[in-house]
Order: sequence, then C-alpha cells, then structure tokens
Amino acid sequence: MAKQNKAAETAVLGAEAHSLLVKRERRANNVWNKLRRNKTAMVGLVIVVFMIIMAVFAPIIATHDPNAIKPSETYLGFGENGHIFGTDEFGRDLFSRIVYGARVSLIAAIGGTIVGGIIGILLGLIAGYAGGIADAVVMRLMDGMLAFPFVLLAIILMTILGSGLQNVILAIGIGNVPTFARVVRGQVHIVKNEEYCNAGRVIGISNARMLFCHILPNTISPIIVYATLNVAGAIISEATLSFLGLGISQPTASWGNILRAGRDCLNTAPHIATVSGVFILVTVLGFNLFGDGVRDVLDPKMKR
Amino acid sequence: MSDNLLTVKNLKTYFFTASGVSKAVDGVSFALNKGETMGIVGESGSGKSVTASSIIRLLPKIGKIVEGEINFEGRQILDLNKKELLNFRGKDIAVIFQDPMTSLDPVFKIGSQMVEMICAHQDVSKEEARKMAVEALKKVGIPQPEKRMDSYPYELSGGMCQRVIIAMAVCCKPKMIIADEPTTALDVTVQAQVLELLQELQDEMDTSILLITHNLGVVWKMCDTVMVMYAGKTVEYARSERLYEKPLHPYTWGLLDSMPKLSDTVKGELKAIPGVPPDLRLTGQCCNFYNRCPYATEICSKEVPPLLEVEEGHFVACHRQNQQEKLVRGEVNANE
Amino acid sequence: MPMSDKKVIMKVRNLTKEFKIRSKKLGEKPQILHALSDVSVDIYEGETLGIIGESGCGKSTFGKCLVQLHQATAGSVEYEGRQILGMKKDELKKIKRDIQMVFQDPFSSLDPRMTAGKLVEEPMVAHKIITDKKERSQRALELLKTVGLDVQHVHRYPHEFSGGQRQRINIARALALNPKLIVCDEPVSALDVSIQAQVLNLFNELQKEYNLTYVFISHDLSVIKHISDRIAIMYLGRIVELCDAESIYANPLHPYTKALLSAIPPESPFDKRERIVLSGEIPSPIGDQVGCPLAKRCGSCMERCKKEMPQLKDRGDGHQVACFLYE
Repeated sequence: MAKQNKAAETAVLGAEAHSLLVKRERRANNVWNKLRRNKTAMVGLVIVVFMIIMAVFAPIIATHDPNAIKPSETYLGFGENGHIFGTDEFGRDLFSRIVYGARVSLIAAIGGTIVGGIIGILLGLIAGYAGGIADAVVMRLMDGMLAFPFVLLAIILMTILGSGLQNVILAIGIGNVPTFARVVRGQVHIVKNEEYCNAGRVIGISNARMLFCHILPNTISPIIVYATLNVAGAIISEATLSFLGLGISQPTASWGNILRAGRDCLNTAPHIATVSGVFILVTVLGFNLFGDGVRDVLDPKMKR
Repeated sequence: MSDNLLTVKNLKTYFFTASGVSKAVDGVSFALNKGETMGIVGESGSGKSVTASSIIRLLPKIGKIVEGEINFEGRQILDLNKKELLNFRGKDIAVIFQDPMTSLDPVFKIGSQMVEMICAHQDVSKEEARKMAVEALKKVGIPQPEKRMDSYPYELSGGMCQRVIIAMAVCCKPKMIIADEPTTALDVTVQAQVLELLQELQDEMDTSILLITHNLGVVWKMCDTVMVMYAGKTVEYARSERLYEKPLHPYTWGLLDSMPKLSDTVKGELKAIPGVPPDLRLTGQCCNFYNRCPYATEICSKEVPPLLEVEEGHFVACHRQNQQEKLVRGEVNANE
Repeated sequence: MPMSDKKVIMKVRNLTKEFKIRSKKLGEKPQILHALSDVSVDIYEGETLGIIGESGCGKSTFGKCLVQLHQATAGSVEYEGRQILGMKKDELKKIKRDIQMVFQDPFSSLDPRMTAGKLVEEPMVAHKIITDKKERSQRALELLKTVGLDVQHVHRYPHEFSGGQRQRINIARALALNPKLIVCDEPVSALDVSIQAQVLNLFNELQKEYNLTYVFISHDLSVIKHISDRIAIMYLGRIVELCDAESIYANPLHPYTKALLSAIPPESPFDKRERIVLSGEIPSPIGDQVGCPLAKRCGSCMERCKKEMPQLKDRGDGHQVACFLYE
C-alpha cells in the first residue's frame, strides 16, 4: 500500500498527471473537436446549418408571403421590384418560396431517413442477431425491395397513399429501409462475434440486453455515418417525387415542385429552375461533405 | 572499433499527436558489431519497434526524428536522400516483422513476391531471380521449395510463412537483419526452430541481427549484447552474459525477477514491479522509472539520469549507479 | 494431500467437440474438424488446473465448452454432481453464476462503450443480485479495489486503460458473481512481463481469499508451472499427459512434453540445453485419425503407435500419460 501512495503523490509521472492526461486526450478525441479539425466536414456543416436555420426561421427570413399570387408581377428577374430571386409564373416571390421550400424539403428528407432508419435498424438487428430463418426471410424481402428501382417503388407507394408531406416521408422512409437493414445487419454480424459479446454470454446477460446495450451502441457509428449521407439522397428523392408531381403538391412550396414549375418556363424564365436546382445541389453537397467528415471521425478504419 | 556496423547515438523520435507530444524514443544509444546479434528488450510501448523503424526511417507521418545520429558503415542514415534510402533498406538492411501472415501480400503467390523483391534490388533476370528464390527457400528448410513457390501465403502455417519471410530477407544478402518480435506469434516449438534457423544463417553469412523481443529467454539464446529499454530510453546496455550475471539497473532487476521460471520449485509470489509504465507524453523530465523504483531518491524525481559507462562495455542510466554510488540488488532503500 | 480427499467440483467425461467445415465443392460431404476428442478430467475444488498446448490443440475449445460458449458434441460435464450439458435455460443461468471466464485479449473483451464501473456492475444487473443502484455502484467500486484499481478509474472507458488494468477489470467482472470456478483463457499472454507478474500474483491472492478453482489455459509453460497445481498437456484435441506441476519439469513422460520442454527458451545465457526436435508440423485436425496423433513426429514411434490410439492411463501416483511407452 505504501508504494501505491507514494506513486500517487509523485507529481510528474503519478496518477494525477495521468488523470489530467486522460482528460486532455478525451477533449482532443472528442467527436466535436475532431470534427472541427476536419475542414471538409466543417464546410459541409456550415452549409447544412445554414439550410436548417433557413428552414426553421422561414417566417422571419422570408420577405413575402410565399403563396401570395400577384398576376401583375409574373416572371420577374433577379432583384426586380424587391424580389431577391424574382417571381414565378403566378407572381409569387421566389426567394420566400425557396426559404419555405427548404422547410418542406428538409423535413421530408430527414423525416424519411429517420423513418427508414428506425424500421431498417430494427429489421437489421433482428436479422443479424437471430440469424437462421428470420435472417433469410427478412433479407430476401429486403433484396426483393432493392430489386425495384427506388423511383418505381415510390411511385407505387405514392399512388396508393396519395400525395402530401406525411406520405412523402413514408415513401422515402420505406424506400430507404432495405439499405439501412443491410448496413445494420452487416455491422451486427461483426459485432456479435466480438469477444465482449462472448464475455456477456458467459456472464449470462439476456438477449434483449445484449442487443440494446452492447450490439446497438457499437453499431451506431456506421449507422450515423450512413444516415447523414442518406439525407443527401433523400433530398434528391423528395425533389424527384415532387418533380414528377407525386410528392408535395402546389401551392405548398418544396424545392422539387419549384423545379418542376421552372421546367415549364426554362426558356422564358430560366432563373426559377436554376435557383431551386442550385439549392438542391448545394444542400446535397453539404450533407455529403458533412457525412464524409463524420465518417472520418467515427469510423477511422473506413478512411481512404 | 573497426568491425562496427551500426552506431546509434542519442536517438529521439517523437510523435506529434493532437493530445500532446509522445516521446516514443527519447534517448537511445547503442552500437552493433559485424556478425553479432543485439537484443532490444522492453515492455510494449517502450520504444523498441519505433527505434527499429527510425533506423530504416520508416515512420508514420506524425512521427519525426528530432535528434540523434544513426551511423551505418560510416554513412549518416539521417542525411540520405530518397533513392539512397530505398537502396539502403533493401540491400543493406532486411526487416522481419512480428506477424508473418500480414507481412506477405495475400493475393500474390510466394514465388512472385520473392522474385519481385529480388529484381527490385539486384540486377538479375527473372529466371535467375526465381532460381535464387528457390535456393533461399531451400536454405530456410521449406520442404519442396519448387512447389511452394506457387503457393499462396494462406496455404502455409505461421511458422512456414515466417520462414518464407526470412528467405526473402536473406536472398539479398543484407549486412543487417532487423527482426521485430519474429517469434511472438509462433508456438514455442516453432519459435525454437525459427530462432535456430536465424542463428544458422547468421553463422553462414556473417550478418548482424538486431533482435527486438520482450522475451528474455530469446535474448539469452540468441544475443551477444542486450539493450534494455524503458519508456523510450536506454536504461542498460551490456554483453548478455554480463547483464544476466550482474545487472545494474533496478528496472532490469525487476524484469528478471518478474519472469516465472520453470526451475522454481516453490509456488510463491512473483516479485512484480508495482505500478504501470508511464504515459509517453509525460516522460523525459526525470528518471522515468522513479515512481516504480524501490530505490528512488530525491534526485531521481528531478533529473534525467545520463547513460554512463560504469564498466567497460556496460552502460547504465541510473542516478544511483554512477561512479560515486553503487547500489546492490535486493538491498532495501534507506528511505523506506 | 492425496487427491481422493479433495472434493471434485467438476467432472468432465469424454468431452468431444467437432466442427463441421462446409466443403468447397457443391454436394460434397462436409468435413469434420476434431477440435476436442474424448477429454476426461476431474477438477478439484480450490485447485488450479493448468492446460497447455500449442495453438490449435483445442485448449481454448475446452475452456469454451466448460462455460457453455460452445455446445459440446458429445460427452458430459458435471458440476457439483449435476449434469450441465443440455440443462434447461433458467437452471443453467443459476449455474452460470458459479462458472466464469477471463478472456485472453484484454483489448477486445470489454465493451468499448461502457465505463469500468458499468462493466463491473453489468453481471449484477443481469442476475439481479443487487437491485439498488447506489449499493450496486458501491459494490462495483469495492470489486475494482480488490483487483487493484481505484475510484478515479470508475468513469474511464476501456481504451483509457493499459492492458494489465483491463485484465483487472475483466477479473473484477468475473468476481462480481461470486463464482466458484473461473476458466482463464490465456489471461496473461497479451501482457508484458512485469504486468504479467502482477496479474499472476493477483490470481493467486484471489484464489486464497475466495477459495476459487481455476482452469488456467496458456501456451507459456513457465506461467502454467508457476500458477498450477496440476497440469494437463494437450496435443491435437487430446490430453496426452496429466500430472502435478512439479513432476512435469522433474519427470516428464510423454515424448511431446519432453519436446515442448526442450523448446522453451533458456533461463540464462549459460543454459545450453539439448533440443528434442519434433520433425514436421502439427497434423491437421480435419478428418479421421488413426493411431497416436504424435506418431509421425515422434522419435520413439513404434508399429503399434501407428494403428492404435493410446489412452490416458494412471501410472499409480496420479501421473497420467497417454503413450504406449509406459504400458
């Protein structure tokens, strides 16, 4: 005991100095601090945060009522009559519509990812952990869904469900289930054979505890990475659906249906399609950059 | 010292991490003679492997050699340019790593890997290189070497793979082989075979071996000289017989005592060293061992002990083992 | 102390574990890997049974069969007189509390997302031993202190510990259920010499304090000899020799034991021992075996060795060996 006390007292190499070091290391390796050192991730994050702020504070940011029709001011160009991005075919303020559209597009994309994520994670966990018949049934079902092109699947779903934000979220979510389930199942297969899971079995912990206290927390990093990247895809999915006229219907603004409206007047007023297209592009880019950064931080093995 | 092959003087290699500077190698000095074997022993994290990679200058990006001198046959390794370095690595020095399975490329046949390596360093045709490779495989005791040339690494056992790597190392006739824990991943019977093979090859080709290990038994079997490392520093350096008979550093004593021995008849307590090795980001301000050392005094917690030659060829870095003071093993510290 | 006076805590009879290997070609019969064949051994209360052998000899499989991580193919394991193979789940769960395991790799055997305190509490949560949260964390701290860790370590994550400290956490976890038997699967082979000595001492102390029984698996003969009362030497899924720790060094009988002993690195630079070389490598455990598994490599192989399998037989003094040389 005397020796241990002595070791604790000594300043330079002792326990206290080591504790400080552990704290310092924790701080340096903290996810946020690591992310901050990653330049691409920060660029992505700035874009994402910018878009989210725009969506949240849409009523404050927007200069006009997005749905106010003014037949006298159709197809105005940039900056004309106080309309920053001009107006559309009904004379509605394009800037305000983009700002409000961010709300709808982001909610649809993030919501869809969450819905797909939750269902996919549960299915993946069950399939990966139980194995055998459950695994075979679930995964063949997922393979079947993957065999359908996403757009086709979504069109079928939207025709059955009808348009509207909730149904867009549901359609995107269901379309995302198979890939989520696959990612999770693969991870579960790796994690469930780790030594600490064996250790848990020897101790005699229950299956539910094993699944939710050990396996899920250890598969969560790749899931987060995948989800972040998936949001980018979901934004495009929403735009696709709305562009096809199956998603969010007029007059509610979404980036997809603004783009659709812009398509009809590409020659006369190209700015409508351009502006909405650029916003979709930048946001997708932002989520992708951010997702890559998150992957570098959470999943260093996958780097390069 | 005409037969001196490699001299390392006060080598310092630091790793610059986000949470501080890690002093992986912090003052290592030794000399290796031609045809001799030197062992580096120490615990994991004591800087053994980093010393080896510093010698061949194969460090990860965050690692930098900040101080010191590496002299190989009169050449300063730290001043070599890229091309000279490549030549030096393949021709003059060969490296054998710990895990034989990972140091061979799993997608290529053993033969083609060997031929490629020989062609890279020697001016020979492919056929000649192939002949040399078969010859080398025969030399390391691989049965049916012709046939084995067409095997993939996963088709061989760990011991066989290590033999293949040794064959690759010897076919360029290097002046020195760095063996980084060559037998740690192998079973004892295979370990004995591999070590004996290394000894035979050394006698035949007169190469020097730098053997890195944590197993003192391997050192006694193989080495002429031993360097004991602790927390990045050389703490003791001597001929191996001398180090066994008359070790001087308290850490060496602890290391010798904490090994369970087969010949022990009583099942008693092992004399373990208390505590854990320090974090390498904290070392370098005092004697790194003082918080685990039963003989530590005031000065040990304040000054870094210099590496002194207390007797001819026997170096030790301990405040209490210089010319004035002589500590005796097992004697209880007056302060306690 | 004669062996018959001691209480047998675990009785292993003819334990066999086979793995089916799927054949590469379609429609071919799966091959069988004999990881463990016909292992019988008594484990006495309070003793340390050392198990040694080279990689692939089935020593880890043996340990995993004892703690039910692997389902044995055949044979029986009796714990305190009750057959535990094929036991019902809830009954087994009670017995599992008594039989714990310490794993080889301290780096992978702890969940990286749990703190030391939580890790030690987990077994108590799983078996609902202490339901009160405060009491539980108090007990966890006590356990951490018994294995030589401190308050400051409770909230740290596994990656913030050194190898030796992690192995201490593993031991604390095993102790949390007050087990009677601990299977230690190479618990010190990933550790440095000085740390290894600390952990071995800890094992010895704990054994005295809690009257634990160990099944200690290792490939390092000097470690096994130091910690064990009896030693079983395994080769290719079988026990070839079983004897007191002393006699393995003083009087090894089986040719394989002799070869193993001679291959161990010397204890000093002056120790030049004669090597008994076994030619070739360990044969593959896949497929059926005929004769003694060592026959092809053994220097004193007889005609009989190639045809018959020698059985493990007691030579009268508790020293058991499976070799025709001693019949």
